[in-house]
Amino acid sequence: MRLIETKDLVVRYGDVTALRDVDFAIDSGEIVTVIGPNGSGKSSFIRALTGVVPPTAGQVWRKPGLRLGYVPQKLAVDARMPLTVQRFLSLPDRRCGDEVDLMLARVGVPGLQARQMSALSGGQFQRVLLARALLTRPDLLILDEATQGLDQPGTAAFYRLIEDVRNDTGAAILMVSHDLHVVMSASERVLCMNGHICCQGKPDIVTAAPEYRALFGFGTEGTMALYQHRAHSHSHDGCSHAEDAHAE
Amino acid sequence: MLNDFMVRAALAGLAVALAAGPLGSFVVWRRMAYFGEATAHAAILGVALGLAFSVSVFAGTLAAALAMGLTVSSLTGRGLAVDSALGVLSHGALAAGLVAVAFLPGVRVDLDAYLFGDILAVSRGDLALIWGGALVVLSLLAWRWNALLTVTVSEDLATASGLVPAREKLVLTLALALVVAVALQVVGALLIVALLIVPPAAARAFVQSPEMMAAGASAVAALSVLGGLWGSLQFDTPAGPSIVVTATLFFVLSLLTRR
Repeated sequence: MRLIETKDLVVRYGDVTALRDVDFAIDSGEIVTVIGPNGSGKSSFIRALTGVVPPTAGQVWRKPGLRLGYVPQKLAVDARMPLTVQRFLSLPDRRCGDEVDLMLARVGVPGLQARQMSALSGGQFQRVLLARALLTRPDLLILDEATQGLDQPGTAAFYRLIEDVRNDTGAAILMVSHDLHVVMSASERVLCMNGHICCQGKPDIVTAAPEYRALFGFGTEGTMALYQHRAHSHSHDGCSHAEDAHAE
Repeated sequence: MLNDFMVRAALAGLAVALAAGPLGSFVVWRRMAYFGEATAHAAILGVALGLAFSVSVFAGTLAAALAMGLTVSSLTGRGLAVDSALGVLSHGALAAGLVAVAFLPGVRVDLDAYLFGDILAVSRGDLALIWGGALVVLSLLAWRWNALLTVTVSEDLATASGLVPAREKLVLTLALALVVAVALQVVGALLIVALLIVPPAAARAFVQSPEMMAAGASAVAALSVLGGLWGSLQFDTPAGPSIVVTATLFFVLSLLTRR
């Protein structure tokens, strides 16, 4: 079942075009990963899908009544607001204690209910965010670099959990990721972005595409190539830039 | 009982304290102190407008505060660097209000009453208006409570949950304008923000949830009103500032008792 579809989507901030000509669709049960260098419009794409950013042009269609589980890239809960994990998970819809117990255990942080959000470690915080997204019983789970702050075993467990969720509930998963190795093994469709969709398809097709290689280099050096992106990106005309990539 | 001016003053102060607790908590969480100040300062302009057009001061204040609130939130919505813009609006509105009051023909306005409050002069009619306004604010906040909290934690998460952040922020702007209008007579335009932010700040150290913070802030504000009125009677000090001084003492106490 089709969950979200975009047609000729354009997102512009003032004079800066973050994203253009995006035709995209995702169906129930799909696992799709978005990759691309910094400043390639990945987050703008996600924010347009969730409705945070209105499209400058083009359309975003959502299935009526679509339940969206969203794990944002960054979130800080200010220490001035006292907020326990239990209370956070009940925003905006109340969740009962048993449900929360189970979900926290499932994402790997059992018994955190009474802790203050501002006192969580980065890894715990990400898992609590995932728990909140899963508690909405989403049709579509959107993860924007959700494994930030997780160690390697944590990251691996995170992706296994995501796959379980898809298998158990039939939810679609759309994620932005920098973990190229994991991405390539876990997802069924990869979207390579650089201001627009450069190429997309099954992981092996994408990794063989010249557009992908121009952005990420070859084979196992892919992750390293991410940081060298600036050096060679402009020599390649298949993936023109909507805005300058910021090297980290 | 309502014939006693001290009883009327206490009741008026308690109404404002009740509404100021939860609203003030949002002002603290969302860092809206400057926003609150601009809205409160606009009240003086509202006083001048109310007197000039012979409508009630309450209506004038509410309209001016609301207009300022909407202006400021539209500025923030456009992502402008609002810090200096807010400063200009806030102090510009205060100065323009003071000048406008001076232009009013034929009336001698007791500015002190509007700047620092005149809680001891609250009439029965004022009391009804103040309680009415406070109850509207409380109901508004109670109705939108979870949505407001979600938007405050993260607008992105709120949007993904199907909420509209702009609508919830409008609720806060409206509540703020109402509180400014009802608190003008109690603590005055210059000290309204103090009554909003000091009690939640004092309550923060002792609470574990947003609800407890809101209730705790109301309690601190109520005690400050009673303590301030008592002090004002005892030491013959101005009532509004005495209330704020009492709240500040609570804040200092909370710092000292915190580990």
